[in-house]
Amino acid sequence: MNRTLYGNLIFELSKKGRRGYSLPQDYDRTHTTAELPEALRRKEAARLPECDELTVVRHYTNLSHNNFGVNDGFYPLGSCTMKYNPVINEEIAAMKAFAGLHPLQPAETCQGALEVYFNLQQSLAELAGLSEFTLNPCAGAHGELTGLMVIRAYHESQGATSRTKVLIPDSAHGTNPASAAVCGLEVVEVKSLPDGTVDVDHLRELLAEMGDQVAAMMMTNPNTLGIFEPRVLEITEMVHKAGGLMYYDGANLNALLGECRPGDMGFDVMHINLHKTFSTPHGGGGPGSGPVGVRKGLEQFLPYPRVKMREAAPLSSPEGDTTPVFSIDWGNEAPSGAVGGASTPSTISVGSFFGNFGVMLKAYAYILSLGHENVKMVGPLATLNANYIKERLRDDYLLPISGLCKHEVVFDGLVDKNTGVTTMDVAKRLLDYGYHAPTIYFPLLFHESLMIEPTENESKETIDSFIDVMHKIAAEAKSDPELVKTAPHNTPIGRVDDVLAAKQPVTTYWKTLP
Amino acid sequence: MQFKYFPHTEEDLGEMLKTVGVSSVHDLFADIPAAARFQRDYDLPQALSETDLRLFFDQLTHPLNAQQLICFAGAGCYDHYAPSVVQNLIQRSEFLTSYTPYQAEISQGTLHYIFEYQSMIAELTGLDISNASMYDGATATAEAMMMAWGNAKKATRVLVSETLDPKVRRVVETYAHFHGVPLQLIPAKNGALDREALDKELAEGGVAGVVVQQPNYYGIVEDYTGIADQVHEQKGIFVINANPSDLAILKTPGEWGADVAVGDGQSLGIPMTFGGPGVGFMACTEKLIRKMPGRIVGQTLDNRGQRAFVLTLQAREQHIRRQKATSNICSNQSLMALYVTIYLSLMGKEGLREAAEMSYAGAHSLCDKLLATGKFKMTFPDQPFFNEFCLDYDGDLDALMTEAIECGYLAGIKVDTIPEGSPEGSHTLMLAVTEQRTPEEIEELCEILGKA
Repeated sequence: MNRTLYGNLIFELSKKGRRGYSLPQDYDRTHTTAELPEALRRKEAARLPECDELTVVRHYTNLSHNNFGVNDGFYPLGSCTMKYNPVINEEIAAMKAFAGLHPLQPAETCQGALEVYFNLQQSLAELAGLSEFTLNPCAGAHGELTGLMVIRAYHESQGATSRTKVLIPDSAHGTNPASAAVCGLEVVEVKSLPDGTVDVDHLRELLAEMGDQVAAMMMTNPNTLGIFEPRVLEITEMVHKAGGLMYYDGANLNALLGECRPGDMGFDVMHINLHKTFSTPHGGGGPGSGPVGVRKGLEQFLPYPRVKMREAAPLSSPEGDTTPVFSIDWGNEAPSGAVGGASTPSTISVGSFFGNFGVMLKAYAYILSLGHENVKMVGPLATLNANYIKERLRDDYLLPISGLCKHEVVFDGLVDKNTGVTTMDVAKRLLDYGYHAPTIYFPLLFHESLMIEPTENESKETIDSFIDVMHKIAAEAKSDPELVKTAPHNTPIGRVDDVLAAKQPVTTYWKTLP
Repeated sequence: MQFKYFPHTEEDLGEMLKTVGVSSVHDLFADIPAAARFQRDYDLPQALSETDLRLFFDQLTHPLNAQQLICFAGAGCYDHYAPSVVQNLIQRSEFLTSYTPYQAEISQGTLHYIFEYQSMIAELTGLDISNASMYDGATATAEAMMMAWGNAKKATRVLVSETLDPKVRRVVETYAHFHGVPLQLIPAKNGALDREALDKELAEGGVAGVVVQQPNYYGIVEDYTGIADQVHEQKGIFVINANPSDLAILKTPGEWGADVAVGDGQSLGIPMTFGGPGVGFMACTEKLIRKMPGRIVGQTLDNRGQRAFVLTLQAREQHIRRQKATSNICSNQSLMALYVTIYLSLMGKEGLREAAEMSYAGAHSLCDKLLATGKFKMTFPDQPFFNEFCLDYDGDLDALMTEAIECGYLAGIKVDTIPEGSPEGSHTLMLAVTEQRTPEEIEELCEILGKA
């Protein structure tokens, strides 16, 4: 990373008359857009930049130098599973034969793509202990929403339209209640015990009070503190008894690969973040992929389109049978168009096509690279790394919950609370030493949360160096607190003025012009 | 046995286990109830070496398994040109392997390009504000529908044009059903929104918003003059789902008086990749900034006085507002937003216009030539179109399309959903032409489709 700011905007490099593209000039010009009525055309040309190719290449290369990714260094951002993104997966996803496929071309002309799609569905079902997956959702939150739609559709099919409440532990990610609200469900919070796990007694009270109105309970396990919910079997049984379904938020699934499957814990519906557990790059925020899986009996409520296999068949071979093995079911493509919230459960759809197919290619390549013998080591190694950090940092950083953690560990700031150095300061000082910061101020259960997730890909040396730096920062907090409080010092920019940004928002270049 | 993504040696394992105080990695899961432990091997294939992995995917992409057809299909996914530079730059690992720019001090690269992206989307759509991007055009449209509903004080429904892409409409209807938003479909007439029907609905009042598409699903460029004023009279929101590549030429959503513009950025040179990833966009007027879902990047200063960029207006978002958030979206389609930004930087003011002109010219040339064969007629006579159009075929359309595929052509999309009151739809072929299609390809397709 370049520690000096490259500050230009592409618009500031534009000069009238420059070109960064080349298009053929030989085409039939009988028709031009001047034929369109003037009322249908824009008045002025869009003020897009005019740049030569090298200027554009340098601009974005320079911008990249002010960015930090997993390839640059340790990225222990809790709850985000910033694992290594294997390069071979990029090579496969970029294959021209996939990139050139139109999503509406007939199934018999794209069997290879459908095979990837189908096999990934099947692999995820095996890894999750569930019956069937849809790969249509584009991200984790999108998957949550889709999963809740599936749950509502199920209850509607049972005539249980009064089941509109969702139980969500107060330690959950903010997306859980937000997804429930978008899905038209009412959120009821379940309290946590001081150790961060679900208060089962409170859950019991809630179920006694409103059990017949409960559509589902959403759970993250290991929870957002990195702790496995020890009473999960009891919880799933209680909710099932009350007629609700159990939703598993797959945000923290990485911890369990090899050791435990959501389906075996009694969960009915879940989403998986392919960009976390299955190593596809986070891309600065996306594209991700949030497949949703269901247990047996709920398959019919999954969204369309769906990819189906004709029968158990071997890998399609160029020499073999040419009748299509894989087919696409678009469901009821013509929507009903009726008044009053039109769709029925048989036409649930959450995207125009099949979701982020390019991301699926990477995840499938990853699963094939690992194979059954390596997949099962993912959870154990990620968990070992986290527990190792926990043990080695607990002298300087306050560990609110002792005992085993899973893939991530949460500290409540520095042990020494007299220095005035906050979790924010520690995070910012880490940037000076060439590390990405952990997740901070989440979970909300503690005031100074510092959530570290190392993933299975990090070596002991990397982790030891990180631990040394964390100790060094704790020492600096005592010896020179100002140094830490004013960090970072060694980054392209210093701390930013968030208030200024929000007070009079300037969100486009045009707003900066006089 | 060592695996390339796991750095732990036996020695490392021994030391780390000792520090943690357990004797095996499996002991770390002793707190999981035995009944929930997974005790067997996954039923998955054995690990493939890199060589075998390549062979496997080579087989899947064998021409018989992934036919590379010369593409005259559109319907929301288009085969456009993109300079080689774009794909190369978005592969830079500093962009690719980073996440949401929470730490602004080491994420200026991402924040910077999102700011540029927002500026370009605002300029293309003729609106004030853009968010940092969304999943795809369909979900962006659904979010706009919910935004209209959430903004309305006393509304009874949201109106949706029947000329909206049925795949998008299905997503909007799915979201509406679960979110509890009553939708009213406004029928089409000769492939365009029936203005009399719309006027009648608007006259009844209680409309939270109107959602239309431009060019519409059938490729027709509709005249939306006057709708914005009518919608605004009852404090509703006018939403246009637009194709951004056409906005180099076409009247912008802002010029139509729309409050919100949405759509898919796929047409800005993003490879088709079997339908995804693309990138949803959403732009709106300044007035609606705090109602808009999604991440937004804003300009500010750092403590050294430098211009810097940062995620802003987060008080609307789920991690602060939880169930009261404007949406559950908590990320953006960032890398694809970068794709679009670099594409637009290279194509620029002239290139985007040139590509649009070529697409228009190609589509109209193909249309003329197909009509001249005498086997087709316009499905929607006298309607202006851009680079996509519908023709009725007097014969077995399935057989015709199959024959085209045998010649290496994806001749378009068969359209089944012709609105009521329009000619019967099962013989309707919808074709799209982009600047990628050469005069020779257009000629050859006409020969194939004309001789049958």
